[in-house]
Amino acid sequence: MPNTLEVSGLKTHFLMRAGVAKAVDGVDFSIAKGEVMGLVGESGSGKSITGFSIIGLIDPPGRIVEGSIKFQGEELVGAPEERLRNLRGNRIAMIFQDPMMTLNPVLRVDTQMIEALKAHQDIGKKEAWTKARDTLGMVGIPAPDERMRAYPHQLSGGMRQRVAIAIAFLNEPDLIIADEPTTALDVTIQGQIIHEAQDLCRRTGASLIWITHDLAVVAGIADNISVMYAGKIVEQGNIDDVIDRPAHPYTVGLLGSVPSANNRGQRLYQIAGMTPNILALPKGCSFKERCDRRTKTCEVSPEAVERNHRIFRCHHPYFEEVKV
Amino acid sequence: MSTPLLEIRNVSKRFVKKLDVAGKIAARLGADISEETVHAVDNVSMTINKGEVVGLVGESGCGKSTLGRVVAGIHNPTDGQVFFEGQDISALEGVRKREVTLAVQMIFQDPFASLNQRMRVEDIIGEAPVYHGLTTRSEKSDYVDEIMEKVGLDPSLKKRYPHQFSGGQRQRIGIARALAVKPRFLVCDEAIAALDVSIQAQVINLFMDLREEFDLTYLFISHDLSVVEHIADRVLIMYLGRVVESGITEEIFDRPVHPYTSALLAEAPRLDQRKREFAPIKGEIPSPLEPPSGCHFHPRCPHAIGDCSRQAPALEAVRQNHIAACHLRERFS
Repeated sequence: MPNTLEVSGLKTHFLMRAGVAKAVDGVDFSIAKGEVMGLVGESGSGKSITGFSIIGLIDPPGRIVEGSIKFQGEELVGAPEERLRNLRGNRIAMIFQDPMMTLNPVLRVDTQMIEALKAHQDIGKKEAWTKARDTLGMVGIPAPDERMRAYPHQLSGGMRQRVAIAIAFLNEPDLIIADEPTTALDVTIQGQIIHEAQDLCRRTGASLIWITHDLAVVAGIADNISVMYAGKIVEQGNIDDVIDRPAHPYTVGLLGSVPSANNRGQRLYQIAGMTPNILALPKGCSFKERCDRRTKTCEVSPEAVERNHRIFRCHHPYFEEVKV
Repeated sequence: MSTPLLEIRNVSKRFVKKLDVAGKIAARLGADISEETVHAVDNVSMTINKGEVVGLVGESGCGKSTLGRVVAGIHNPTDGQVFFEGQDISALEGVRKREVTLAVQMIFQDPFASLNQRMRVEDIIGEAPVYHGLTTRSEKSDYVDEIMEKVGLDPSLKKRYPHQFSGGQRQRIGIARALAVKPRFLVCDEAIAALDVSIQAQVINLFMDLREEFDLTYLFISHDLSVVEHIADRVLIMYLGRVVESGITEEIFDRPVHPYTSALLAEAPRLDQRKREFAPIKGEIPSPLEPPSGCHFHPRCPHAIGDCSRQAPALEAVRQNHIAACHLRERFS
C-alpha cells in the first residue's frame, strides 16, 4: 500500500513585483497511514504554505512551480480543480488556527455540517443531521443537540475550534492538516483539543500533519518531526532522535530557546539575529548568518543528507566537531 | 523586614455594564433585565519586594490583566488599596504622585497595537522623558540612542515608524518606551506571547539583563507556565478573579496543592514528554458574569466535595512560602 502522502521537491513560489518569494523551496517528506508528523518552524518559514499547497489552496500570485504531491499514489499537482474539490473536506481536511476560517458566521452549525456531508456523500438530511450531532459529541461538545442550532458567535473560542475539528472529521478523512489549531487557546483547552485530535486519529486511522511553532506540543503528539527554515526542511527524523540529539544548529538553537525546568533562572540560549527576508535570502545556507558553526563551506547550499536515522541540510551537523 | 516595594490589599475590580435607554424602559415595564457586573478581580492581596520577579498565571478571563492594570495605575480598584513603598497611591498628590506614576510602567502584549503608528520611534521613546524633565529637547536624541542600545535596537533606525520593524523589534521599542522614564517596577502583560520562539528567548534574556542593570522589579503576567517557571521567583495562580495558590516558584511547580494548579501543570506540553496521553480537565472557564458558588473551580474539579459548592475556601498556608485556597488542601499537601 502506498504512503498516505508523498511530497517531493515541492516548490511554491509567490511571483510578486518585488521579486520571487520562495516560500516553499524544495520540500520532501512522506507520511504513512496513521502517522502523526509535526511540522515545526517560525513565522515565515513556509510551514503553513506547505500545508496549503497539499490541500490545493494556493492562490495567485502563489504557484506550485515544481515538485509532486502524491496522495495515496495519486498526483495532486496539476490535478483538475474538480478532483481537488472532491478530495478537500472529504479525503483531506484542514483545521486552521482561526476556526472562523472554517466556519461561516451567518449559518448555524447544523446547516454547515450537513452541507459538508451532503457535498461528498449521498446521504439523506435526517441521517446527515444525526451523523453531524454524533461527531460534535465525539469532539467533546456538551449538549450537542443544542449546539447544533447555535451560530458560531454564540460559542466560545475553544468550542468553535471543536466544531471546526468536527467538520474536518465528518467525512472520515485519510489525512488531516492542522495548522496551529491550538495556538490561540488556553492551556487547559489546548490539552482538550489535542486529546480529541489524538483520539480521533487513532480511532479512524487518519494521518495527521500538525503545523506549529511550539516544539513542546509536537514532542507530546508526533511520531516524526520536520523542522522548516526559510522554505526548506533543515532536519527531519524520529521525534526522540531529533529532540534528544539534534543535528542542525537551527534545531539546537530552537530547543535551547525553550524555557524548561532544567534551565530555571539561567540565560536562555538565543539564536542571533532574525529570520531572513524571504525575498532576499543569503547565498548558500540560509541559516549561515545566524549560525555559530559557519565556515567557508556554508557559502554552498547544503544538500539533504541522510545519516544517523536523520535527514538534514547542514555541512556541520552536531554529530561532528567543527573547527571554525 | 523592610517595606515591600508594592503591596495590594484586598483589591477588587468590578465592571458594571449599565443599562441603555431601551434596557431601562424595558426594565421599568417589567422585563427581567438588570445591570450586569463582572467581578474581574475579587479580593486579591499580594506583596512584591524590591528586586523580585513575580509571575501571575491564569487562563483568559481570569482577571490577570485587570489586576496588572490596577497595579500599573491604569484602572482604579473598586475596593481595596494599592501601596507603593508603603504609601497608599490613591492618597498621593503632587510631585510624589508623579514620581510613583513614573516608577511603575507597563509593557503590553501586542506590539502592533500598543505603539502609535504615526509617530517615529524617536518620539515614541523620547516624548515622555522630555515631558517629565528627565532630559531636554536638545539632548533627547542622545537619550533615545542610549536607551535603544540598552534594549538591543540599532539607534540609526530611530527615524523610522513602527510598521517598519518586525514583531520582536517592536516589542523592544515598547520596552524602551517603558524604560525611558526610569521606572523601578515593570508590569509585563503577556509581553512575549506574540513572539516567535527564538525571539521569545531573546526578549526573556533582555528582561533578565535589564533586571540586573537597572535593579528592576517585575510583575510578569503570562499564560505560559514554562516561561513563568523560568523567570519568576514567586508565582500566583489566578482562577476567575481569585488567587487560588501562590508561593515560591519551586514550591508551586514541584509540589502544587490546588487541583487547578495541578491540572494546569499536567496540561502544559513539555519537551521531555513524548507521545503522551493528554487527559484534560473537563469544561471551560465559567462566565465571570455568573461565577459558580463556593469555590469557583468546583464544577470542573475532580475532587470536589459538598463543601466546595457552598463555601469559598480561604487562602491558607500549606507550607512555608506556599499558600492555597482549597478545602482539601491537607489531602494534597
